[in-house]
This record gives sequence, C-alpha cells and structure tokens, in this order.
Amino acid sequence: MDMPVWLDDFLWTYQNLVHALGINGLLALSMYVVLAVGQLSLGQAAFMGLGAYFSAVMTLKFGLPFAIVLPASCIAPMLFALAIGVPTLRLSGVYLAIATIGLGEVLRAVYINVEWLGGALGLSGIPERADFWMIYGLLALAIVALWLIGRSGIGRAMEAIREDETAAQVMGIDVARYRLGALLASAVLAGLAGALGAHSSSFIGPNEYGFEPAVTILSFALLGGIGTPFAPVLGAWILTLLPEVLRGFSDMRLVFNGVIIVLAVLFLPQGLLAVRMRRRAA
Amino acid sequence: MSALLETRGLTRRFAGLLAVDSVDMAVQADTVHALIGPNGAGKTTLFNLISGLTVPSQGSVLLQGRDLTALPADRRTALGLARTFQSIRIFGAMSVLENVLTGLHPRRAAGLVATVLRTPGFRREERALVERALVVLDMVGLTARAEERAANLSYGEQRRLEIARAMAPGPAVLLLDEPAAGMNPAETAALIGLVRRIRGLGTTVLLVEHDIGFVMDISDVVTVLNFGRLIFQGTPAGARQAPEVLEAYLGQKVAARLAERARRTQP
Repeated sequence: MDMPVWLDDFLWTYQNLVHALGINGLLALSMYVVLAVGQLSLGQAAFMGLGAYFSAVMTLKFGLPFAIVLPASCIAPMLFALAIGVPTLRLSGVYLAIATIGLGEVLRAVYINVEWLGGALGLSGIPERADFWMIYGLLALAIVALWLIGRSGIGRAMEAIREDETAAQVMGIDVARYRLGALLASAVLAGLAGALGAHSSSFIGPNEYGFEPAVTILSFALLGGIGTPFAPVLGAWILTLLPEVLRGFSDMRLVFNGVIIVLAVLFLPQGLLAVRMRRRAA
Repeated sequence: MSALLETRGLTRRFAGLLAVDSVDMAVQADTVHALIGPNGAGKTTLFNLISGLTVPSQGSVLLQGRDLTALPADRRTALGLARTFQSIRIFGAMSVLENVLTGLHPRRAAGLVATVLRTPGFRREERALVERALVVLDMVGLTARAEERAANLSYGEQRRLEIARAMAPGPAVLLLDEPAAGMNPAETAALIGLVRRIRGLGTTVLLVEHDIGFVMDISDVVTVLNFGRLIFQGTPAGARQAPEVLEAYLGQKVAARLAERARRTQP
C-alpha cells in the first residue's frame, strides 16, 4: 500500500515498537473480554504462545500461506480454552486463573523440551508476513466488534454477570455459557496476537509466553480500565511505551508494572479511562 | 383446577437443619399468595428452591404442570418464573432503562453475528425491547428516571425498579421477597396498588412479607411456615384465627390465653 514518505521512514525506524503497540493492543482486548464477564484468566500469554508456535510451525515446517496460518492459529488456542473452560467456568472463584497459570507453565515446559519446536532456543527465521496495515486493521476490527457487542443485549448480559452473578442468572442469563464464550473469544484474540507477533519479530522463544507476560497483559487492562474496549488498549500502549521512555531502567520493567498495578488498584479502581459505555443500540 | 405453581414434598437440609421440610404448596393462577412465618421459618429458602438458586434435598417444583426441579435458575426464568430479592440486587452501574432491558433477556433472539452486523432484525428487536422496557417503567412510575444511574435511585425507587426488571418479560409467576421491607406507609400503600396491577396483568404473585397488615390487605391465600413445615394454607382471615398460626407467632401460652379470651367474649 502507498504511504507518505515520512510515515514510511517513521515505520521503518520504529517498526518493532509500532508493531508491538498493535499486538499488545490485541492482547489487552483479549484480557478485556474475560474481565468483562467478571472472570480472571492468567492464560492470555499461554494462548498467545499457542498462536505463535502454531503459526510458526505451519509457516516454517509446512510452508502454508499466511491466509491459512492466521485463522488456524486462532482456532488452536480456542480449542485449548474450551478444554480448560468447560470444567472450570461452572465454578465461581479463582479456578480459571489457577488452571490458566497451569496451562502456561505446562506449555512452556513442552516448548523447552520438544526439539522439533526449537527447544530452549525457540524458533527463528520466521518470515515477516505481518505488516502495519494487517496488525492495525485487525486491531481496529476487534475494537469495533467489541464496541458493537458491548452496546447490545450481549453487552448488558456481560455487565450483569460482572456486577451480580446471581441476579444475572435470575434475569435468565446462562452465566456459564457467556463465560465460556468470553474465554473462547479471548483465546482467539490472543492467538491472533501471537501469530502476528511471530510473523513480525521473526523469532519466538518459550520464555516469551510464561507467567511474567501473563501478568503484564493483566496490567494493561488494570491500568486502562474495562469500561470500553479503548481503555485496555490505552493501558497497553502506555505500558508498552513506558520502557522505551525509561530505557535506562529496562531491567526494572517488571517493577514498574508491579507498582502500576498497585497504584491502579488503590487509586484508579476503574482504570485511566473510567468511561462506561451505554448498553443499548436503540 | 391444577395449580399454576406447585411444590411437592420440597425439602432442603442444611447440615442437619431442616430449613424446608416436605412442603406441599399450591399457588393458584391469578391470585396474590402470601408466604408468612416467624423468622427462620424457611421462607427465603423456599423461594430459593422455587427459583432454582438452591438445590432441593428432596421433592420437586412444578410450573404449569412442568417439572422444573432439574432446571437451573436461568431456564426457570425463561419459562415464566421471576423474582426479586430481600436485599435489593439491581445493577447499580447501569441506567434504570438498562436494568429493565437486562430483565428482558429471555425475550432476546439476536445472535452474535446479527449483533456485530447490526442487521435490520437486530435493530428492530432492540427498538421493541426499549419500547417494552418503557411500558414497564411507566407501570412502576419510573419513566422520568429512565436514564438515571440505578444506584442513584432512592430506596423505594430501587425496590420498584427491581419489580419492573422482574416483570419485564411478562412472567407467569412473580416471587416478591419482602417487597414492603423498609418502606414508609405511603410507599407501602403504593406498593399494594402496584401488586394489584401486576395481578391484573395476568401475573400471579407469591410474596414473602413480615408486614401483616400488608399481607391481610393484599393476599387471596396465605401459606404459613414454621420451622420449615407448612402449618397452614387458606384465607388471610382463616390464618388469623388458626390456633397453630397463633402458636407459631406468639408461643403456646399466649395463644392459649388469646383463644380463652376469644371464647369468653363471644356470645
């Protein structure tokens, strides 16, 4: 696609950062979808890793076209989400969070120990197939879709579940079904982010999808808020840009994330963008 | 005539305590049916068993002859059972109108794809839901507050909103858990009018209430529970004179003395 020279130059210089902003925006949305039904998942990084590894293997080992690789690497994490969600989502409480942490650690062990998946060194030489337009087009699409869903009966049901599970049930809302649907949607979004990330950075490794990135993704939504789909994306952008601004402290990145989570929970329980969306379409 | 709502041998045990003990209750269509009894008699547990929030140890719940016992609460709502809570449980962050729209969930049909594509069918449905919600808000006198954040409503308004939300899908039976609790006499009087209007709309009302004046005023049938057992079912006037009811509320000695006095004063 044609673009102005200055924009081309800018993207060339800051390509990694610009791509990371878009991909982290998708990850923030995948967190948002789960939090929107009052659930806590720490599996976003694991779902992202599944998308990344599936897509990399399909591209590197089987030479499949990206048009097939991308949707397929959304479906793979969705199937894992289904396997985890069905037994845990009928229970309320932290079962989903625990199960998703477990999934992340199990998958990390698998990536490290399976030679075919590159072992501890990871997979490199993944061709760059995700460009600016693809990443930001899909991010925009996801934001618009979630916005439209939020302003409908589905969004009302989701907010009702988050506010009062029992009252929501008495409204005739099938709480377990909505929670499973949200988890599947979040796995799709995370898988998409993983595949885009793998085909933009050309390298993936087992430690990129462990517990630490899971907490980072959670902090996107905690900082930005979950009032609208824009809020977690804003949180992701701030937390992605912060280490660039504070480049000298980059080893302290996790400390900053931790401090931000604590401050956000204490002083900004609704996040930075504490705007609530109207829940009706007429 | 077979009852609209029926419980058969309904029992709930909590670690050795029989909260509800083989209750056979029949609620007839187009009545206001009150469920009374001293504190801890099992009224709220019975409500939770009927609405599906508590699983019975034994027995069954039937609505229009259909066995609901195995169905979760949301399926029961879809089949025409609605309820309010003793402690108000509206969605505080939503607007008043959005609360009622959420209550209309069983009337929604639009799927995910239609929602995202904003199909004409989706738009039509959403418009119809808003129209319906406004009708229900009008019934409880909250039309002017439609866009207000629900948490900002006064206590009495929140009670009425909760009733509107439950009434939105046009249920066959409405369970009201202590609707008059915390209300002043004027609000209680308005509530009596509202319950009569609800019955007039073809919704049968089953209510738990401690305000005996309210119960006597409004109900066609009274069921009395004590220690989880059904001890009386009949007219409100009958409940007033039934020795077992007096005994449950006042204790054996006082009840006997009252009965004695009644015998002496009557010609």
